Amino acid sequence: MQYAIETSAITKNFEEITAVNKISITVKPGELFGLLGPNGAGKTTLINMLSTMIEPSGGSALIWSHDVVKEADSVRQNIGVVFQDTTLDDRLTGRENLDLHGRLYGLDGKTRKDRIKEVLSLVELTERADAIVKTYSGGMMRRLEIARGLMHHPHVLFLDEPTLGLDPQTRLHIWDYIKLLNKEEGVTIMLTTHYMEEADKLCDRIAIIDHGEIVALDTPQALKNMLGGDVITLEVEKTGDIERLCSTYQKDGCANIVSKKQNEVFITVKNGEREIPHVLSLASGAGISITSVSLRKPTLDDVFIHYTGRAIRDKEVTEVEKVGYKMRSRRK
Amino acid sequence: MANTSFNRAIQTVYTMWLREMIRFSRSKSRIIGALATPLFFLIILGAGFSSSFQVRGGGSFDKGFLAPGLIGMSVLFASLMGGVSIIWDREFGFLKEILIAPVSRLFVSLGKAIGGVTTAMIQGILIMIIAWIIGVRYQSIWGVFLAIVIMFISGIGFIGLGIAIASKIESHEGFQMVMSFLTMPLVLLSGAFFPISNLPGWLKTLVYLNPLTYGVEALRWCLLGNSTIPISISIIVLVMFSIAMTALGGKLFGKMRV
Repeated sequence: MQYAIETSAITKNFEEITAVNKISITVKPGELFGLLGPNGAGKTTLINMLSTMIEPSGGSALIWSHDVVKEADSVRQNIGVVFQDTTLDDRLTGRENLDLHGRLYGLDGKTRKDRIKEVLSLVELTERADAIVKTYSGGMMRRLEIARGLMHHPHVLFLDEPTLGLDPQTRLHIWDYIKLLNKEEGVTIMLTTHYMEEADKLCDRIAIIDHGEIVALDTPQALKNMLGGDVITLEVEKTGDIERLCSTYQKDGCANIVSKKQNEVFITVKNGEREIPHVLSLASGAGISITSVSLRKPTLDDVFIHYTGRAIRDKEVTEVEKVGYKMRSRRK
Repeated sequence: MANTSFNRAIQTVYTMWLREMIRFSRSKSRIIGALATPLFFLIILGAGFSSSFQVRGGGSFDKGFLAPGLIGMSVLFASLMGGVSIIWDREFGFLKEILIAPVSRLFVSLGKAIGGVTTAMIQGILIMIIAWIIGVRYQSIWGVFLAIVIMFISGIGFIGLGIAIASKIESHEGFQMVMSFLTMPLVLLSGAFFPISNLPGWLKTLVYLNPLTYGVEALRWCLLGNSTIPISISIIVLVMFSIAMTALGGKLFGKMRV
């Protein structure tokens, strides 16, 4: 076996909407792989297909060499899944939740007991293990779910937005656990997130996904390097000058245009500190007045904007979300 | 290999049963609430009826007459609830945890059903005991055992119905409506509160179409030794009802989307 996860042209259509469009990726054993994209980009749909929750409309996927449709039970035995919304039984204690999980995955009594101890200490919940889950905080519940996902020694762990809705401090904690279990348990992890920082800090490789397609895939560093240097943000006085400014830089060849907003332009240059005077003199040579300048290292945000033409924070309701909403309301 | 999958099936059923038992043991207020309603009926209606009415053709009409009906009613409530609780599992997400596990849905629903029927039988037996304490007398110990078997068979039927309903209604808003449109008519049309021997035609038809009628009549035969519907017919109807509902519930649960 070469890959932990291997998809070929996997596709999912909901009515006329294509939520996931012919995605082909490979993830090596032991990798921590991130799917980064805005809400409605198709990340959860992809994870749901890979974890056998829904069937693909086209293409195929292998998890640990098992086909997600034809060998769903083998796939299930080999994966752990932590969904976006909690799937714990909140009337049970943490330990009981883990124990039931172990039983469903066919672990015998002794194995369950030992493994519960291990996973509890991994997520530091040993002391609260016998409290009813209802009394847990959001962060504790997420940790318990991660522990539960690991109970049966899965080869691949799927984490769908593992830190969604958690406060910043708890988020940092969860990151530590994810890194730890990736290293100590050697488990291959695929996580989805729309937090740039999370993808950047955690993942070995990132696939940027938008409108159901992968627009870029590489290590976080390589993705940032691809932009070609430091990011300079220039604010112009007159909105109409933006296009003229961009073409001036393109002609000169000193900078790459990353993206534009109303009266701002983001460009990347090598050796930003040294290039600022040159960039500014080009602007004044063209008679464009610049009101502010800033310089920083590139982030994944810039990468994302570069590939998709918009910031990930922009809360737009995508077609897929609309369909999802309609489907939910129809049920009622 | 066959042995392994058989073990896994048993393990799955047991796991689901175990979960229901743990949850049941934690919900003390639910148990007390479930016992209180039939007991109020038993004590107050029993006292009121016996002072006002007499059954035509002899026989007493008191708490003794009501007890089997109220046992049937609480088995109905508990088992229907047990099946419909799948809606809550979906609402609170736990259903996903079960559906993602490498186990068969058939055994999952079977475990859920056996768990629900256990809680229904515990409640039925408790009412049977309390009724005895307050003075209801049963004909024989074998009748009591047979009554427990009847509780099991009818409980399975109503749980199957509950699971079927839960797999079809996709929101918890629909739950209240179904419960009031289903449970009240079932109870009122079952002969739990009145003898069914001299009913007007339209009512008789409805009563005889109601599966709970046969449960109540069977319980009455087991516990008191007399019933309007012959025991053999009651048992045949109950067994057929249970098999049909189990098949329906299993089928719809297998198709259910999260």
